[in-house]
Amino acid sequence: MPAYLVRLAQIHESFRKAELLALAEVAGAELEIVKYDDDSPYCIVNLPSDAAAKAVASRAMLVQGIYELWGQGSTYDELRAHVKETTPTKWSTYEHCTFSFRIERYRGVQAPAEYTHAIVDSFRFLGFKGKWQFKNPDASFRIFEDYLLDAKEPHHLYLGRWIADSGRDAKNVYDLKKRHYISTTSMDAELALLTANIALAAPGKLFYDPFMGTGGFPIACAHYGAVVTGSDIDGRSIRGTGGSARRGQTGKKNVQMNFEQYATASQYLGGFVSDLTNTPLRLDAQAPWLDGIVCDPPYGIREGLKVLGSRDLATPEEKAVHAKNYQAEGYVPPKRPYSFTALLDDILAFAVVTLVPGGRLSMWMPTANDEDIELLIPSHPCLELSSVCVQAFNKWSRRLLTYRKRRPSEVDAAALEALETRKREYEQGTRASDLNDFRRKYFQGFREFEDMKKEFIRMKVGAGIRKEEASAEADLLEATQTSAKAKVEAAKQQVEAATKTEESAAAKADQLNEHFKVEPSI
Amino acid sequence: MKLLTLNFLTCAIKTCKTQASSFPLHPKDSELEIIEADMNLPFLKNILPRLMWEELRLICKELGLPDLPPTAPTPNDLVEGGIQEVADGQQPADEQPSQTAKDLHRVLLETCIQEGKLVCGCCGHEYAVKEGVANFLLPGHLV
Repeated sequence: MPAYLVRLAQIHESFRKAELLALAEVAGAELEIVKYDDDSPYCIVNLPSDAAAKAVASRAMLVQGIYELWGQGSTYDELRAHVKETTPTKWSTYEHCTFSFRIERYRGVQAPAEYTHAIVDSFRFLGFKGKWQFKNPDASFRIFEDYLLDAKEPHHLYLGRWIADSGRDAKNVYDLKKRHYISTTSMDAELALLTANIALAAPGKLFYDPFMGTGGFPIACAHYGAVVTGSDIDGRSIRGTGGSARRGQTGKKNVQMNFEQYATASQYLGGFVSDLTNTPLRLDAQAPWLDGIVCDPPYGIREGLKVLGSRDLATPEEKAVHAKNYQAEGYVPPKRPYSFTALLDDILAFAVVTLVPGGRLSMWMPTANDEDIELLIPSHPCLELSSVCVQAFNKWSRRLLTYRKRRPSEVDAAALEALETRKREYEQGTRASDLNDFRRKYFQGFREFEDMKKEFIRMKVGAGIRKEEASAEADLLEATQTSAKAKVEAAKQQVEAATKTEESAAAKADQLNEHFKVEPSI
Repeated sequence: MKLLTLNFLTCAIKTCKTQASSFPLHPKDSELEIIEADMNLPFLKNILPRLMWEELRLICKELGLPDLPPTAPTPNDLVEGGIQEVADGQQPADEQPSQTAKDLHRVLLETCIQEGKLVCGCCGHEYAVKEGVANFLLPGHLV
């Protein structure tokens, strides 16, 4: 398969591979990632054809463009050698085309024009005889210089022929600032579109959001051609009677009008008011009907996490009052706080009975940064975790979890049976904070996390002090040892010197005796 | 709400959900409106096998809409001249919707319930539809 250079956007790094793989699946193309680094916007992939490359890139959010790879190397000599080695068969195709040749630097400083000209000139060996044309040339070539931070010289170079731009512009079209109707918890347009891509939204498919709010996710899915529906426990957000999140904005606003703004109203089946734990949707594992579920469940922070029911078990008298009044105008059914982990499991269970095999569930989930990430990913035997993408904030992060509905033949029957017999224990209580660990931590300003961090630092510092003390003692011991050694040496030398003096004195005495012919006294 | 939605909705009460009579919900006193929508052939082809056809026919009858054929059409019936096989690597020819597809499109994606009620055939509970948005929240005594 030919190699292509993907020019990625240097943002939301942990989503980039997941998006590329998802879009390849939508395009029905085999994609192999050859070279990828979170710290670089240049990624090399293998794809079957230019058409496949275009299909993958053209709706991607975290891609800027895709290029046919003509060569690479860590110096210009290496790059030219590589181009000469691998591409001569292609040169004739572009011999008489109008073309452009540009240089893009990542993290490099602006170079003088002469430098750029000299580089472009050094690729004259390609033998292009066509006209140089800046706007809409037949073929557009680009050299990419990848610099390390603060480096003077690029550490890697690529030459590519432009194939297609990406669908990243959609983030401006769907920008929340320009959207007709939003709420305080509307998901950023770029991330909503990214979620739709990772969930494989595409023409012909049916998508659902059980916590739609003002419809951000369904709108994003509709952008990629899916037919969508959604629901929310708060009917005001769908009908638009709850007021706008924008200060001073009045007048009619509702989800329908958002779809009209983006000319996708034909794909919006309509929203309805419902609660996931008492859903009116058809739940029959034998007859699934959804291609995808995308959602950002309420964390219980900005948006309350509530389901139908009374906080305390309703008495027969209270029930009688509800039975009498429920048809009256303005009746509001009682709601109670609910456990976040229970809700996540409910979403998974719902996805299992409504998704067609191969369908995707993409949901966002928050966690404090201190928690063990692996342990907290909810799972179900009928769902395969296909990607985990993290958006980190200071003390917490949110993750996009994407699951693929397994075919019946792929499901581990024993695990499924175990799940049915086991009743999971959830947090008990009637107050929101008792039920939602994340919410409690959030409102305590992640104090426990902070405390833990402090404790950790204290332990580290303590260990450091002990280490210093120990090393000082060792130094001292060593010093003493050295001085002892030196003393021994000195004593030895003294002994030697004394011996020498004695010997020389004896020799002198001998000489003198010789001289004066005196017999040595015995 | 577009009429297609009704094919996915049952009663929200848990004890009803296990009963066959809770699906479909029966429209009552409904005001219908035709809202033009773009023809979406790939979607119709995809969703057709997932529809509960008998129930769809029943709802059309209850709403006084033109009768649907007694047996569900196949995706092949939706394309004028049938679905053409394309060899690998070839661009598929532009498919045109058949009359069946146009009729289905009219019923499923252009007919909308704006006001009225949806009634469960099992417990008789009525869910109100206002401004095209149905409310399935259960009152305190039914949760």
